Amino acid sequence: MKKLWLNLCHYLQSFLLIDILKGLKLTGRYFFHKKITVQFPEEQTPLSPRFRGLLALRRYPNGEERCIACKLCEAVCPALAITIESEQRKDGSRRTTRYDIDMFKCINCGLCEESCPVDSIVVTPIQHYHMDKRGQNIMTKEKLLAVGDMMEAKLANDRLQDHKYR
Amino acid sequence: MLYDLATLLWVVIKITVIVIPLLITVAYMIYAERKVIGYIQLRIGPNRVGFRGLLQPFADLIKLIQKEVIVPNLSNRYLFIFAPLLSLIPAIAAWAVIPFQQFLVLANINAGVLFLFTMSSLGVYGVLIAGWASNSKYAMLGALRSAAQTISYEIAMGFALVGVLIAAGSMNLTEIVQSQKGGILHWWFVPLFPLFIVFWIAGIAETNRAPFDLAEGESEIVAGFHVEYSSVGFALFFLAEYSNMILISAIMTLVFLGGWLSPFEGVPFLQNIFYIVPGIAWFFLKIAFFLFVYLWVRATLPRYRYDQLMQLGWKVLIPVTIVWLALTATMVMLKAPIWFNH
Repeated sequence: MKKLWLNLCHYLQSFLLIDILKGLKLTGRYFFHKKITVQFPEEQTPLSPRFRGLLALRRYPNGEERCIACKLCEAVCPALAITIESEQRKDGSRRTTRYDIDMFKCINCGLCEESCPVDSIVVTPIQHYHMDKRGQNIMTKEKLLAVGDMMEAKLANDRLQDHKYR
Repeated sequence: MLYDLATLLWVVIKITVIVIPLLITVAYMIYAERKVIGYIQLRIGPNRVGFRGLLQPFADLIKLIQKEVIVPNLSNRYLFIFAPLLSLIPAIAAWAVIPFQQFLVLANINAGVLFLFTMSSLGVYGVLIAGWASNSKYAMLGALRSAAQTISYEIAMGFALVGVLIAAGSMNLTEIVQSQKGGILHWWFVPLFPLFIVFWIAGIAETNRAPFDLAEGESEIVAGFHVEYSSVGFALFFLAEYSNMILISAIMTLVFLGGWLSPFEGVPFLQNIFYIVPGIAWFFLKIAFFLFVYLWVRATLPRYRYDQLMQLGWKVLIPVTIVWLALTATMVMLKAPIWFNH
């Protein structure tokens, strides 16, 4: 008897399209929900200060470049994207003559920044960049420094926000 | 002679007046589909071309027309080009017998329902020929699926219509609508509710729309019958699919939802307020409702498996219609009150 009743309920449920109506009700509710589309070029989603985008080289406030050519970043880079050559300057300090990052090889892991003893090589929050000519994928020292100069305020602020956790 | 020419011209004008708005409706149906499905998925849909994306369909159309027409080497060239036309023409020709209002119909023929039914089933030949002519396995599979599906669901659809024919006692669409006079309770969807639902489901299946879009089934057979089509051919298939949807909605409105009749007929107060609304507005409103449900259902339900589809068609829908047909016939014989006692 009970089985018959259950059978009947089952038939009723499928013939009255109960489940389909339930589904329609759900989607119907979503029709009126607030939309979450981000209108990309005009609006952007918020970025964490830890975002790992394009790389940059920083300078000290007096304008001297930070990098001391210790080559830790070159050693730690898992993608072998960094190439460094160095020389001794006349004042006795050691500086790079060449600091190239191949952006095609770079995997944006941020290990170079972690390994850097002088906070020279850093990741910036720049995520939209492109190359349209062969060779532009190599970020030379000048380009990296230029990015660093452009982003210095933001970079310093991000590192300040994050310093407790490092 | 001159008189004949004038008649011909008049008919051509009437056809233009029906077809051009129909094509524009199809264009905005595509826009509405993208918007509605977007809204249901918490997106906002197209909004870049024109005010709130209102020019999007035309942008799409211009893009499609500019593209290259690719005819596969091993295809049957003539059938390949003919197939999209074959699926579009019946979908548009069927509008000849659709009455928009009391005397607003291109051809008020006696067997209007039969004509509609013929035209809506002819559409499958376009799909079948497209699949065969493409000489591609995906297209072939899609076409086969579509053919089998349309044939199965046509039976249920036909039976559902027969119910209405028995109840209304006429095959003329204007008369069928007239037989539903006297308020919302007299519309045929009330006494023939199961037939209405069956017709609705079969109509969705007939137009190859989700959840019965196995003929396209992009996850299994790429795009089904129109994989090999590009440019204008693809656009024509699109047009055919959407005008078929509008057609099925119109048929449902006419035979079950009282066509151009006002839903407030016989309601003491509202009747007078809505008296000024022309019948054609009610007709379009009802069509719009069915079209919206098409999109709503597409955004809600997943695609049927093929055996489930066949099972639903043959083992559920057809028995339901047969039972309710017998019941309708009995009610008509007994002149059951309010619907059948005139």
